[in-house]
Amino acid sequence: MNKIENNKAWFFVIPVFVVVAFSAVIPLMTVVNYSVQDIFGANSAFWTGTEWYREMLRNPDLQAALLRQFAFSFAILAIEVPLGIGIALLMPKKGWAASAALVLVAMPLLIPLNVVGTIWQILARSDIGLLGWSLSSLGMDYNINANAADAWFTIILMDVWHWTPLIALLSYSGLRAIPDAYYQAARIDRASRWAVFRYIQLPKLTNVLVIGVLLRFMDSFMIYAEPFVLTGGGPGSSTTFLSQALTTMAVGQFDLGPAAAFSIIYFLIILAVSWVFYTAIMTLQKDKSAQQ
Amino acid sequence: MAEITLKTLAHSYSKKPAGPEDYAIRKMEHVWAQGGAYALLGPSGCGKSTLLNIISGLVTPSEGDVLFDGKRMNELPPEKRNIAQVFQFPVIYDTMTVYDNLAFPLRNQGGFSEDWIREKVHEVADVLELSGELKRKAKNLSADQKQKVSMGRGLVREDVTAILFDEPLTVIDPQLKWRLRRKLKQIHERFDITMVYVTHDQLEASTFADKIALMYEGQIVQFGTPQELFERPAHTFVGYFIGSPGMNFFEPRLTDEGLMFNGKAIPVNEQILDKVRRSGSDNIRLGIRPEFVTLGTDTGEQRYEVTVTGVEDLGTYQMVDVEFGPVTVKVRIPEDQPVPNDAASIGFPDPWLKVYVDERLVEADHE
Repeated sequence: MNKIENNKAWFFVIPVFVVVAFSAVIPLMTVVNYSVQDIFGANSAFWTGTEWYREMLRNPDLQAALLRQFAFSFAILAIEVPLGIGIALLMPKKGWAASAALVLVAMPLLIPLNVVGTIWQILARSDIGLLGWSLSSLGMDYNINANAADAWFTIILMDVWHWTPLIALLSYSGLRAIPDAYYQAARIDRASRWAVFRYIQLPKLTNVLVIGVLLRFMDSFMIYAEPFVLTGGGPGSSTTFLSQALTTMAVGQFDLGPAAAFSIIYFLIILAVSWVFYTAIMTLQKDKSAQQ
Repeated sequence: MAEITLKTLAHSYSKKPAGPEDYAIRKMEHVWAQGGAYALLGPSGCGKSTLLNIISGLVTPSEGDVLFDGKRMNELPPEKRNIAQVFQFPVIYDTMTVYDNLAFPLRNQGGFSEDWIREKVHEVADVLELSGELKRKAKNLSADQKQKVSMGRGLVREDVTAILFDEPLTVIDPQLKWRLRRKLKQIHERFDITMVYVTHDQLEASTFADKIALMYEGQIVQFGTPQELFERPAHTFVGYFIGSPGMNFFEPRLTDEGLMFNGKAIPVNEQILDKVRRSGSDNIRLGIRPEFVTLGTDTGEQRYEVTVTGVEDLGTYQMVDVEFGPVTVKVRIPEDQPVPNDAASIGFPDPWLKVYVDERLVEADHE
């Protein structure tokens, strides 16, 4: 068969091309443009090449924020994923109780980010907040504005409260999709409760968990509003995560060049980590013999 | 080794069954003998899967008992009964290799050495022609191989005395179906295991099973060899369900002279006629299979005038529709037999015309 040259069907791609250009390519390229220049005003821009990038990577504040960011993201993933699966396993399977549980579990997801921050900010106050007051009454020296460990503990607790429901709901839907025959076959094979979880439920959840882990990783890596409202990044800079460091630089100090370079680095880190996650999970499922 | 007895068994999914309609399984007595190959045949929703799940213990019957070798099993969960079950869709453990899938029930049981397990797994894999796939992840197999793995998990267990199949070939390609069915038969011959095979496909049932239990509305209406079901349907439903097309039925009038249809007497055995009279029922039906009706042009005693309304040539035989009074009778004739143009006659050779009262077969007593 001869391939038709000058195929006009390519024009059909134009709408998608335009949408993607405006939604992703053009904004990203603008940032790239800033990141390789030093711009003083409308008509005075100097080419700087990779200088901003090198400077950003050497910046100790940003390095610290990046480490903090990784620590935070992995901590919440390590808590939220097992906890979410656990909650999904405990949720009722049918009847009114199932609907009630779904609504209750989904509740935190419906609250806007800065409201979540505000709620927890009040909750953590030792004079009127339930959490802060209770801990103080128990004799603990709890103060998120003075003690970095307290601030970390509260932020992680807040994120777990806010986002574990997402993992729970995803897992719940994954569990509901497992046909009864699997459980019946497992009973006939005399599988223990643990074996049922390990060999039936967990494998069947892989796909939803991939989505859940990626979403939670990306979202937590970009977390901004909640810690900003809750601790303002403090005490000191102990809870200043990447996006807050970036905002301070870009909006507060108006260092567009470094901020742009840093945005690109930020973006590439998220992309790389997500890719590693995804590839790792997918490789687990492949046939060993097929790879040889 | 087990003989499975169902004693006054009945099951209803509703808590307070009001009438017989509420029962998925209506009161039944049945025995599956040790080592037999049985098919449980019936249309969708007749209760065959429920019955299977009751035997395996996945469903607890609301009335009656399930006995294995005379021992009551009702309360025992499936894991304590020595049965295996293969489901409609292959159930495999995705993350495990084929080998681990087959070894899984043995490892759960515990107390076996890995060497012994390996030997057992290889033996079963050999029979199922899965030896080459043992190292592959089970999720990457084709549907029929997966189904073989499901089956294999039942076969590796030495304590299994019965394997229950719940329409296991539904998702298998037609050519492979035939091979798997043969495989099942071979396995049955080799392992001396009672096998109960649920299906709605009569061909599948008759190629697999020595004896078929035909279910209809929660009851086993006939239990017999494929030939018996074909030649002597005990219930009008059996006549209708087995054979393609099913039995021809028509409703005669009972008069002092005998059974009359379309203005002509249809002679039947005196003894049968007597039983029909004594039953007092007016639900009387005559049935004959299309294969046994004779078609011709000759007239005379016991020939009935009909009009040919349609001929279907099915390659190896012809199916002729004839109008017999108010009903259409289907007649199956050889490919080379000429079909009479318009006016024709049919006959009902003696042993093949069956009489049904209240849907059940009435027969003469054997001397």
